[in-house]
Amino acid sequence: MSVLNTSRGDTRRGAGRGAARPPVPRKSFSAWANRHRKWLFAAPAMIFVGVLIVFPLAWTLYLSLTDSQGSVRAATEFIGLENYVTVLSDVERFWPAVGRTLSFTGVALACEVVLGMGIALLLWRPFRGEKWVRVAILLPLVATPVAVGMMWRLIFDPNIGFVNQLLGMIGIPPQPWLSGQDTALGTTIFMDIWQWTPMVVLILLAGLTSLSEEPDEAARMDGANAFQRFFFITLPLMMPTVIVAILLRGIDALKTFDILYATKGKGGGSFHEVETLNVYAYGLSFDYNQYGLSSAVLILFFMIIIGTMWLLTMRKKAVSK
Amino acid sequence: MKRRSIVKYAAVAAALSLGLTACGSGGGDAKAAGTVRVTLANHVWTEGIKAAIPEFEKATGLKVELTQLGEDQLSDQYNVKLNAGSDEIDVMMYRPLQEGKAFAKNGYLADLTSKVSADANWDWKDYQEGPVKASTVDGKVVGVPIITEREVLYYRKDLLQAAGVQVPKTMDELEAAAKKIAAANPDTAGFVARTAKSAAVTQFSSFLYSFGGDFTDADGKSAVGSDAAKKAYSFYGGLIKNYGPKNVSTDMSWPEAMAIFTQGKAAFYTEADSLYKNATDPAKSKVADKVGFAALPAGPAGSKPYNIPSWGLAVNNASGNQDNAWKFIQWATSKDRTLAAQKAGVPGPRASVWADPAGTSTYPKDLAEAIATSAKNGVGHDRPQVITVGKAREIVGEPIVASITGADASSAADSANEAFQKFLDSEKK
Repeated sequence: MSVLNTSRGDTRRGAGRGAARPPVPRKSFSAWANRHRKWLFAAPAMIFVGVLIVFPLAWTLYLSLTDSQGSVRAATEFIGLENYVTVLSDVERFWPAVGRTLSFTGVALACEVVLGMGIALLLWRPFRGEKWVRVAILLPLVATPVAVGMMWRLIFDPNIGFVNQLLGMIGIPPQPWLSGQDTALGTTIFMDIWQWTPMVVLILLAGLTSLSEEPDEAARMDGANAFQRFFFITLPLMMPTVIVAILLRGIDALKTFDILYATKGKGGGSFHEVETLNVYAYGLSFDYNQYGLSSAVLILFFMIIIGTMWLLTMRKKAVSK
Repeated sequence: MKRRSIVKYAAVAAALSLGLTACGSGGGDAKAAGTVRVTLANHVWTEGIKAAIPEFEKATGLKVELTQLGEDQLSDQYNVKLNAGSDEIDVMMYRPLQEGKAFAKNGYLADLTSKVSADANWDWKDYQEGPVKASTVDGKVVGVPIITEREVLYYRKDLLQAAGVQVPKTMDELEAAAKKIAAANPDTAGFVARTAKSAAVTQFSSFLYSFGGDFTDADGKSAVGSDAAKKAYSFYGGLIKNYGPKNVSTDMSWPEAMAIFTQGKAAFYTEADSLYKNATDPAKSKVADKVGFAALPAGPAGSKPYNIPSWGLAVNNASGNQDNAWKFIQWATSKDRTLAAQKAGVPGPRASVWADPAGTSTYPKDLAEAIATSAKNGVGHDRPQVITVGKAREIVGEPIVASITGADASSAADSANEAFQKFLDSEKK
């Protein structure tokens, strides 16, 4: 907000000064514009950031300090950090949701990066039919997450689903998958991996193709085997790209909402078995209409994301050095 | 210096907000052009109205802009738009028992009290008592009910006949019949019903009343820990656990439960009567010609299904177009339209339509009888009557799920009772 304020203040002050000089107005405007061009050119971006990012964030922060509920237009009272105390001491919904958010992200991300690296290495060298394989691998990426959720929901249906029919053929008893209290989160992680590994492949493949061949060739001359070449040459060189992939995919995975909502609905199932922070905040605000509490959860969630990002960027800097 | 910049900032903000208001002033234009903006939920009722809208447009010269949404999207839309004080909605289809109290408390719904009594021809007195009560908040009429429902028993005639059992009249008979049929047909469940924590509450409510319980007692205190409630919880959950589909999911709302029944995978199913077309329409149901209907079996306290208005029409209080909005509601809820909707399979709230033989002419005979019985003994609510219904449903629904998964229903009911009392106290503040 303050950024917006100074920029506006300055431009207006400039305008005032320009208007004070009587002669030709058009000339004075271009002179003024020229003098303030750094503000003028940056203004659209600054207004955009102010209106679409800073304002909503500041508003959420404000709401999180009030007892706003029912309707956001209703009278609210400023209650300081009470919402935060309530949220942080809530061991029934909040902390389990934090745990699920982190384990969902951790497991999904680890699998996606390992799998993504494997697939990227396979696709690295040219081979016959390469184009078709690449297209096929990228297909899940372009599907709508809600449609993906519905599709897997049918596939994993405990009674009529394809997976259980398949298991039945080889004599394994039907599994509950999405409807099981202990299996639901794992199943949604699988869906996330299925959909987002291609994105990691894409990023890593871009990194691989930009690597120079020489170090690899030199190692080959020295008699290093494929295993050694990957772990001591390719991977260290790829590290900055890997961290970019982790950063992008990690933030996205933390914020996952659509597939969870599409498969388990409000509250993440009858036992809240897939309720992550995002799903929890949605329920607080759209089902319970407790905007103050919901905002507090979102601010805490935002801090978790910022924290993770900061850690990863630090790591990236260390690697780049 | 500082003050000057604040003044300037205020000026900019004022200019910006003026600009924004200019963009958002659709309300005035719509009024001038004679447009009514109507937001409706996906429902058989909506399909009927949609087809008839040209009639209304021709008769009044007004133009109708229709937005149609699924249930969840609809409630999210209301949450966002009404919260922002938007005038983009004139007429809104809403659930009196789910959102009515909260919306009225927030001042989202226009007071229709004088409008409903103004036209004797349209006849507000024709409306059944329960639906009227549910559409009235603090003595003010805030909505006009359009769809009513009661819980009835759906059953498979062929399976009952093959097993040699009569249509159950009591809960005990229902359990015995479900047991017998499930034992004789390994691939078919004896009984199916909703299982998801929140969605199951409404269908469980009739069991609760029939066992002599309710969500709150006469003093407004939580009653979900009473003996009657505990028995109801364990009976409903037990039916599904013992005689329900194998690997039963605890996420089933009506589409999932109905699918199991219409795929021919269950003998008994308790559900709202207003959904009966899903079971009797050959395009949607494999067992369309084998479905029978009966009133809810009697528990220790008799047969006490809910009898409620599931949907109503209201006018957005922020709308600048309230008179035209009322014209639309008056037309959509007229006796003729109600009769037409009811013939298409949507049970209405008008006594005169139910009294008219044409009103039930398209219904299966046993269903019409079940509805008539249920309307007589019915209870006027199917969920806790509170402001934040969503949260209350999750609390009182917990023991249902516990019971279905084989946990101790009684201790689950005790902890739900405590949580629900705490919730009720917090709403009083």
